Amino acid sequence: MKIAVCVSHVPDTATKVIISDDSKTIDPNGVTYIVNPYDELAIEEALNTKEKVGGEVVVISLGTDANKETIKKALAMGVDTGVLLKDSNFRDSVSLAKALAEEIKTQEAELVFFGKQAVDYDNSITGQLAAEFLGYNCVSVVTDFNLEDNKITAEREIEGGKEVVETLLPTVITTQKGLNEPRYASLKGIMAAKRKIIEEKDATPFDNKIEVLQMKKPDGKQPGKIIGSDASAVAELVRLLKEEAKVI
Amino acid sequence: MANKILVVLEQREGQLKKVSFEVAKAGSDLASKLSCDVEAVIVGSDITDINKIGNYGISKVTHLRNSEFANYSASGYSQAVSDFVKEINADVLIIGNTSMGKDLAPRITAKLDGGIAMDVTALEVDGGEIIATRPIYAGKALIDVKVNSDIKVFTIRPNVFNPGEPNDSLAEVSTKDVDVNLKDKVVETKQASGKLDVAEASIIVSGGRGMKDAESFKLVEDLAEVLGAAVGASRAVVDAGWRPHGEQVGQTGKTVSPNLYVALGISGAIQHLAGMRSSKYIVAINKDADAPIFQVADYGITGDVFEVVPALIEELKK
Ligand SMILES: Cc1cc2nc3c(=O)[nH]c(=O)nc-3n(C[C@H](O)[C@H](O)[C@H](O)COP(=O)(O)OP(=O)(O)OC[C@H]3O[C@@H](n4cnc5c(N)ncnc54)[C@H](O)[C@@H]3O)c2cc1C
Ligand SMILES: Nc1ncnc2c1ncn2[C@@H]1O[C@H](COP(=O)(O)O)[C@@H](O)[C@H]1O
Repeated sequence: MKIAVCVSHVPDTATKVIISDDSKTIDPNGVTYIVNPYDELAIEEALNTKEKVGGEVVVISLGTDANKETIKKALAMGVDTGVLLKDSNFRDSVSLAKALAEEIKTQEAELVFFGKQAVDYDNSITGQLAAEFLGYNCVSVVTDFNLEDNKITAEREIEGGKEVVETLLPTVITTQKGLNEPRYASLKGIMAAKRKIIEEKDATPFDNKIEVLQMKKPDGKQPGKIIGSDASAVAELVRLLKEEAKVI
Repeated sequence: MANKILVVLEQREGQLKKVSFEVAKAGSDLASKLSCDVEAVIVGSDITDINKIGNYGISKVTHLRNSEFANYSASGYSQAVSDFVKEINADVLIIGNTSMGKDLAPRITAKLDGGIAMDVTALEVDGGEIIATRPIYAGKALIDVKVNSDIKVFTIRPNVFNPGEPNDSLAEVSTKDVDVNLKDKVVETKQASGKLDVAEASIIVSGGRGMKDAESFKLVEDLAEVLGAAVGASRAVVDAGWRPHGEQVGQTGKTVSPNLYVALGISGAIQHLAGMRSSKYIVAINKDADAPIFQVADYGITGDVFEVVPALIEELKK
């Protein structure tokens, strides 16, 4: 079976966000980029599945040459081939998902893993959108995944619990923490990745439906009061919560 | 310009969820700013008290009914709502940014070839156009966006849009039986019974590594209980296996905006702050006065949690 994994290349979660002069993007100076943390789970699950049922795994990333670093990381973990869909312009989730769906179709992948969320724009929708454009089933925010023949049983996280969902291939799965422990690339894997192919092609353009008007900093929260340094401060804390904040 | 706003309500086990009141109010406020119509839709099997949504400014609601809709199904719910949008000619949808909404909204958007803005924290109107504000980079920045397609879908962050005091109007409810062909089905729900989820709670008490170990973490639960709060945790605590991942607050956990967030023995790493800094009030108890959590706390006590928290519980019980 052909399995695809879609990965994004995002600023490290410890990044200090500085807004550029255009007021629409972040200043890339000094920002280090990483494989989106949720996408590591997607890669791991694709590899696990291949190890169980056989087949081939392809990693797809849309972006600039810089995304090759993330693709290489996936190849070093054990993914077979990579595709870079080249585009340096802003894309909203809909046009991104359309381009990814088109490539997934070209690859004839029946099972596709996405992260549940890219930690840059935090949209959490690309997998679900792509599934719909492909006419595939989809289970999002998955913490447990099982495939038997063409039947999928997946557990997804909901408020205060889990839901067990059954569906059939072809399917898109979006991955959540708890699903697995992503492996580290071995030295052998890193060496092998050097010989693996990254196919590069221009991403098909689609209209953006979203227009970013401006990016801004949130109102900075001012540090508040230190009420005390021991148990004697609790009476005052309770009074403030009742009378000033009025939250209890 | 907008023609008609449709707010998508949410139920669990046949009861309206709190976020339904928030989407209703957000939708009716937006409709008055745009001088356009607004109505509501809810998908489910048996649902009680749907007409109560009238308390929050919505006078008309349609129940799309099928016995198979007792549980959420992405394929079933998205088809039913999309068909209904076309039928009533709605062009703006407002949905809660919940586990259901995050799954459903993009499915509907793709079916209707619309555009979508997720996790919106403000909806304004400027020159007849809807401007949505949403946090990005886990709240380290905000963007204002406009949706340019005919169909515009917005999901709103729970606990941010204040539903206000309920009035006593009731909505007119019509029930529409719909056919389904579910491609995905919930076969089991594992609900941690009676447990309040951090994503929905108006008060959260979270504990970090400063709680020392899994047994001592009980103190966090005790304080949560007297406050009627949900229990949250830092990643350090989740990684150590003291608490389940569902309770993790932060960039790779849940983003929360309760009225009150109490952080016990949490240092306030950037990834943790990302998930909770938009809380209305923050209380921090930490023995290190230089802990970054105090930079965002409204009220702080620089003391030992094992001394301060038991005293706080006693004080609250008075
Ligand atoms: C990619 C990535 C994603 C991440 N995502 C998240 C996330 O989603 N959520 C998250 O929380 N973290 C996340 N982190 C981890 C984050 O960087 C911190 O490591 C973590 O938040 C620290 O947890 P903590 O505050 O409980 O522990 P610590 O940083 O160890 O802090 C413990 C605090 O307890 C105080 N303390 C100790 N004993 C006492 C006592 N007796 N009384 C009072 N105070 C006491 C100490 O002064 C200290 O400030 C992420 C990290 C990375 C790299
Ligand atoms: N540029 C991209 N190229 C490939 N996959 C992507 C890209 N951006 C996002 N994704 C995938 O979509 C998931 C959800 O992203 P988002 O909807 O932006 O939060 C990510 O975890 C990735 O799996």
